[in-house]
Amino acid sequence: MRDYLRTHEGEVRLFVVLAALMLYLGLASPTFFTAGNLASLLNNNAVNVIWAVGLLVVLIAGGIDISFAVGASVAQYLTALALHAVGGGNWLFGLLFAGAFGIALGCINASLIAGFRIISIVATIATFNAFFGLLMFTTSGKSIYDLPDWWTDRIAVASLGAGGALTLPVAGMVAAMAATWFLISRTTTGRQIYAFGDNPEGARRAGVATVKIQFIAYGWLGLMAGIGGLMQVNLAQEVVPNALIGRELDVLAAAVLGGARLGGGRGSVLGCFLGVMLVAVVQNGLNLLGVSPYAFKMLIGLTILAAISLSNFELGALLAGGSRRHGHVDIH
Amino acid sequence: MSTFTERLGRVFGREVMGLLGLFALTVVAFSLTSPQFLSIGNFDSIGFQLPDLGLLTLAMLAPIIANGINLAVIATANLSGLTLAWILNMNGGPNAGVLAFVVGVAAALAVGGASGAAMGVVIAYFGAHPILASLAMMIFLKGLGEFLTRGGDISGFPAFLGEIGHGVILGIPVPMLVFAVAAILWHMLLARTRHGFAVAMIGSNPRASEYSGIPVRRSLTLVYALSGMMCALAGILMLTEFNSVRVGHGDALLLVTVLACFLGGVDPFGGFGRVAPVFVSLLILQTLSSGLNLLGANQHLSTAVWGLFLIAVMVFRSSTPTLRALFESVRK
Repeated sequence: MRDYLRTHEGEVRLFVVLAALMLYLGLASPTFFTAGNLASLLNNNAVNVIWAVGLLVVLIAGGIDISFAVGASVAQYLTALALHAVGGGNWLFGLLFAGAFGIALGCINASLIAGFRIISIVATIATFNAFFGLLMFTTSGKSIYDLPDWWTDRIAVASLGAGGALTLPVAGMVAAMAATWFLISRTTTGRQIYAFGDNPEGARRAGVATVKIQFIAYGWLGLMAGIGGLMQVNLAQEVVPNALIGRELDVLAAAVLGGARLGGGRGSVLGCFLGVMLVAVVQNGLNLLGVSPYAFKMLIGLTILAAISLSNFELGALLAGGSRRHGHVDIH
Repeated sequence: MSTFTERLGRVFGREVMGLLGLFALTVVAFSLTSPQFLSIGNFDSIGFQLPDLGLLTLAMLAPIIANGINLAVIATANLSGLTLAWILNMNGGPNAGVLAFVVGVAAALAVGGASGAAMGVVIAYFGAHPILASLAMMIFLKGLGEFLTRGGDISGFPAFLGEIGHGVILGIPVPMLVFAVAAILWHMLLARTRHGFAVAMIGSNPRASEYSGIPVRRSLTLVYALSGMMCALAGILMLTEFNSVRVGHGDALLLVTVLACFLGGVDPFGGFGRVAPVFVSLLILQTLSSGLNLLGANQHLSTAVWGLFLIAVMVFRSSTPTLRALFESVRK
């Protein structure tokens, strides 16, 4: 336990902040700790957590991906078309299609990054534009509302009490978190992802198949993007091609807030969950406290700014004025 | 002839020559496929569309050379534009005088500079990663704008502003002149001044810069402050062109500015990047977009083509050494 506290300082700190915030909101608002509110917090943020743990694997491997949210939109659209072509399908078909399309898009990124040695941020900004532009151009921005019933029906998987049903996306979130945790913490591949992210050249010399590792990392994010997209349709009950663009930056901020290091080699599934939830609870709390919705974004931005300033704040180093890290970590 | 191109290559660098070749190729290709392409009207429309993207790209360029990034460029431009709009509206709206405009421009530049400086402090003194710090600043500034405007737009400005946004001097659109002057100033700042040298050195190696006596933190803060002022200039120009300001205006340009920098050969790891090749890459992007527009395509296809174009250029650049080696071995 003491070891855990020492090695996961960031997660512990985030957990304490989140717990204190929730305690305060529980005292300040009678509705915060109701089953309905907690369930809707989890239901509405499950998709972001699914994406965040996918992005986590890429961040640990020392990369970055800007394209996954528009990739999820592409996967959603293709899945809807493919399901239509097979006459409706079922959840198994949906998972297979969305996962396969997502993985394919992730492999496009991986082949540019590992195959042609294009820096990940350059490659994924390019594919971000290409994916989104092609999606909007070929679909003319048309939404799909005619979806199979199994896809859009609400499925309650657990109950937190009266009026507090957890829906399918939460189950997807738990599965995604468990699978990602298993991948990065309990497999040889996972250790190799950390090693590659921490020191690519060192990992290569130690015998890590670096190209394979990058395909696994971007493929995993692609899979999560596809599954997250599938779950998001279950929530929104429609496929809108430009509904997800922009979410990539929110998810990135949450994942990094949760301790994933831009530059590779560090990050945890629990941290991702806490990072997403901190932003979600701040927004939920502002809502319950009756703050004007127009002020939400401003206060969330301030929260993130305060969090990153505090988490990087080292008083001694600042006073000593010596050379420290300037946050300039290379992104491969 | 060959000595002439060699001399040109020495003056502008190989990067610019290659990009100019690509630019010529796009112009020729489009003028063959579309008869209106080489018309005055088309060049006018390029002259009015390029400057907004151009100024924002300059604002993105300097932080990238310092091995950072400024994801708040659009939000900063919007908030600076709003500042000018409020000062104009307080002084009579459509009847506001030139003095109110001058004061408003100064205030807008101050707001842009202050936003940039705040971000620079979080990055330089608190050691936050530039992606995260500027992302949080973007969320905060957008939120602040939404809070103050309630999501609406502000319009009703004096008629003389149209002379800036839509005016022509000696056949050249005024926005293009503003952009050209800004680009030359930016080039001088980055290539000819002590500060520009410090920025490139910090981008290459912050620790070595610190040991060499470069005030790393002060220079970093200054580069973000200057970037913010360039955003403000873009915001002011956008106000005069569209005769209205709204938070979120130009959001789609955010990642295009990064794309333009990378297309212009700026090193994603910092340290290297020049204004001239970025200027040419902007010309290429705008020409592609106008040409496709004349062929009946919409902006979304342009977005896709921009992404694919960047991929093609990066793939070509990464394979150039291999191709050259192949060529040499064949010649032997």
